[in-house]
Amino acid sequence: MKKIFGRPRSLKPTPTHYCPGCGHSIVHRLVAEVIDEMDMRGTSIGVPPAGCAVLAYFYFDIDMIEAPHGRGPALATGVKRVLPNHLVFSYQGDGDLAAIGTAESFHAANRGENITIIFINNAVYGMTGGQMAPTTILGQKTTTSPPGRTPLLDGYPVQMSEILAQLRGAAYIERCTVNSPPAVMKTKRAIRKAFQYQMDKRGFSMVEVLSPCPTNWKMSAVDACKWIDEVMTKEFPLGVLKDIGAKEAGKEKKS
Amino acid sequence: MAPKGMIVIDRNLCKECHLCIQACKQGNIRPGKEFNQKGYRPVESAEGGKCTGCALCGIMCPEVAIEVYRD
Repeated sequence: MKKIFGRPRSLKPTPTHYCPGCGHSIVHRLVAEVIDEMDMRGTSIGVPPAGCAVLAYFYFDIDMIEAPHGRGPALATGVKRVLPNHLVFSYQGDGDLAAIGTAESFHAANRGENITIIFINNAVYGMTGGQMAPTTILGQKTTTSPPGRTPLLDGYPVQMSEILAQLRGAAYIERCTVNSPPAVMKTKRAIRKAFQYQMDKRGFSMVEVLSPCPTNWKMSAVDACKWIDEVMTKEFPLGVLKDIGAKEAGKEKKS
Repeated sequence: MAPKGMIVIDRNLCKECHLCIQACKQGNIRPGKEFNQKGYRPVESAEGGKCTGCALCGIMCPEVAIEVYRD
């Protein structure tokens, strides 16, 4: 029998520290698979965040540079400008990208920096124990919003992908999830496309992944996957929010 | 007829999240009873099952604990 599925080469054979059913490790594998497929293991540089994925440099078998909290896009910008032919991606959570690092991510997208951001949205601060994040859904119970998030007190969930898609520098922005096998395969295609846009020097690309966090949502892994479908995708609709390639192709067809 | 595919589960990587059980269309993976080094009970592949080698369990496994083989 032939081996048809196994660990990608860019992912070290180390057990991860993530909780059972965490979406982080699925996305790690997808990124590693795409890097393998593009044959860019020697020329990829990742920027892990502060947050649950802070130890991502233990798991990827590529060069990684740890960024201060929220400053991943700024650091990735610097790396990309020095090494323009390398694949540079910043891997960030919602507390990292949508809270403390809003300015950096916003302006990196506005400048049209030729980097890719993998944005893991799990609607809570995972590492510090499940506090309310900017992306927490209305009514969701967290340790700092025990009765559920209320708009009057806590404001509304931030839809980062929609915000960044309005900027002219952004080339490709898609929101996907990893709660079922078809969704995982779709996410892999999105990451592949984002990396391809970066290598074609088309501008800023971001893939937002709605990721299950069973521990802080206080559910089983299977229920967390269902919760994404039932609740989270209503607040954060899936789909391609910006794709300049498709826009150009559409224009060519019309003319 | 012999099954077309086969999966190998790394007992020490599995964290008992049971996402693979949901993913397997053939009901070929079942919850385990024995503990591993980390205190989780890794899933087991049913013997004489009807594994088709579709790799959906591997695609879903967060820990890459499943390797899939097919004829």
